[in-house]
Amino acid sequence: MTAVDADRLHTVSPDDLPAGRVRAGRILIWLASAVLVGTFLLQALHAAGMLAPGFATWRPVVYAYVAWGIALGIAQVLMRGEQGKRVLFVLPAVLFTVAMVIFPLLFGLWIAFSDWNLSGATGRRFNGLDNLRQMWTDPFYWNALRNMLWYVLAILVEYAIAFGLAMLLNADIRARKFWRVVFLMPLMLSPVAVSWMVGKSMLEIRFGPVASFARWLGWDSPSFFGTPEIARATIMVMDAWTFIPFMMIMLLAGLQSLPREVLEAVRVDGATRWQSFREVIFPLMLPVSVTVIVIRIIFKLKLADIIITVTSGGPGGATDSVTSFIFREYRDRSNVGYGTLLAMVYLVLIVISVTALLSLFNRLLARSHGVSQ
Amino acid sequence: MSAEETVPGSRGAWASRTAIYAALILWSVICLFPIFWTVTTSFKTAPDVTQGHLIPFVDFQPDWRGWRSLGLSPDTIGEISTPRAEFLKRFWNSVIVATSASALAVVLGSLAAYGLSRFSYSFGFMRNKDISFFFLSQLILPPVVLALPFLVLYKELALLDSRLGIILIYTLTVLPIVIWIMRDQFHGIPVELEEAALVDGLSIWGAFFQIVLPIALPGMVAAFILSLVLCWNEYFFAALLTSTSANTLPVMVASQTGSQGINWWSMAALSTAAILPLVIIGIVLERYIIKGMAAGAVK
Repeated sequence: MTAVDADRLHTVSPDDLPAGRVRAGRILIWLASAVLVGTFLLQALHAAGMLAPGFATWRPVVYAYVAWGIALGIAQVLMRGEQGKRVLFVLPAVLFTVAMVIFPLLFGLWIAFSDWNLSGATGRRFNGLDNLRQMWTDPFYWNALRNMLWYVLAILVEYAIAFGLAMLLNADIRARKFWRVVFLMPLMLSPVAVSWMVGKSMLEIRFGPVASFARWLGWDSPSFFGTPEIARATIMVMDAWTFIPFMMIMLLAGLQSLPREVLEAVRVDGATRWQSFREVIFPLMLPVSVTVIVIRIIFKLKLADIIITVTSGGPGGATDSVTSFIFREYRDRSNVGYGTLLAMVYLVLIVISVTALLSLFNRLLARSHGVSQ
Repeated sequence: MSAEETVPGSRGAWASRTAIYAALILWSVICLFPIFWTVTTSFKTAPDVTQGHLIPFVDFQPDWRGWRSLGLSPDTIGEISTPRAEFLKRFWNSVIVATSASALAVVLGSLAAYGLSRFSYSFGFMRNKDISFFFLSQLILPPVVLALPFLVLYKELALLDSRLGIILIYTLTVLPIVIWIMRDQFHGIPVELEEAALVDGLSIWGAFFQIVLPIALPGMVAAFILSLVLCWNEYFFAALLTSTSANTLPVMVASQTGSQGINWWSMAALSTAAILPLVIIGIVLERYIIKGMAAGAVK
């Protein structure tokens, strides 16, 4: 844990720290570690029923971890002086993330291979690969994964709309700020409120305004959640409605940072609008587009709120996302083991596909750059 | 406007301007109609809802019914009301959770982003690039992966249904976004400023607090506002990890939609009250939100 020489901000630090100070730091770390391990062991033995004294909950272990983190920080300064003070910038965030992500993930692996009904009396029971086998034959999980594929594909349409809106906002218009605020609005609303406002109220079959509008357009008996395809499309539209502003703002930032001279030169050359878009603007926007689409995919993979509150996955699981499916699975059976395994498999699939996608995009970007130069 | 542009006043220019404004208006209607619908529905009575009346004072006479059922109409505001107490409790939970989580994330994230943008670290095999990746990669972690482990852990830690538990997990979800935004901010601040401050005798932390922080403040506000929006609207973790005492507004809204025989006016009033704070934030602090979202887009 040292700061090596190639710092962007150079500092002159006296490195001759007194030996006593370094020793004090080392002792502090050992002491704090001993307290942390001791608290953990005490509570573990107590929870296992092997030791009478202990705490009512595991919370003291968290306090011990916080104390250990503070001691570690102080020890860094004691032992390394100026170098240690630099470590203090990153240390809190690292310790926080390790405690909140790495540890729960490992813990999650431990429960993923077990049969654990939280409301039952039996507690955790290791069941090996049973959950994996159950997943393999669970048609609803595969169905949810297939739905995710559809939901992710919908991003292409969202991207096209968002790009169009960004171009609109970047055009020579009056009251740009007003339009921007209006277009941003859907992003500010909570998906749950949107579920009610749009999904339950405006799409009400008898008197919802959208249903009336659809009837006026000639759709005799509009139903937005009747068939699987239409229900999925409705969810896609509602999700797109909240997230298009997000893509739009990022694309707008990209458009505004395009080099003015290039656009000017294109116009002088007498290119039509469509030509200048296809030959110049779109290629120049590729890097921003890739960032936007990747971030949007990442957010899309978390899709759940709207589905949970509007359709609960229905009809027949047609709108289920992986998250909403696991949520329901837990709500119905309160078995944390199976749900966690499903989530872990989902995570592995996500990491693989996002990595593959990124390398694909990188290759595409590299090639398009090669062509344009 | 360059000379090559179609002559102002010509038919082509007029047509394209009309098309642009028509598209702007069309999309504005799509953006605003659901909000308009919700706000007006909160002032409707049953017949107004079922007959699909749209415009207040023309189609129907506004009524305080929806707001009365929340205890927030003019005639009930002075009286004691259980629904209002219930609503205010949820509202207050949302306020505390969202602001604390965002503040914590901005503090942790700014420090980390500053360190990573100025110094070279090596934690074991990890260099700066790896540490940055470690933080940003949290973004692809779907909440559902952590949800059930957290449920079990929080149960053991007695953090279930507590504000602290929700604050910690929200901090975690917005931390990568804050680090992303702040890294960009600190990269934009020239190192020479701090070098001058160090020559003047300030320590690293002194230079950070006195020189860098004031410059980076707009970026921090942007990160804070963006986190606030995300935390305020979060539903999934709140639905799983809270039950009666710490649940937030989205949980309250969702729990009403499930019940049979929806009271349109009171649901509309509740939804309006839940989205109103963010609508106001969106209007007043729009430039910060845009600044925050644009930070990562353009390199």
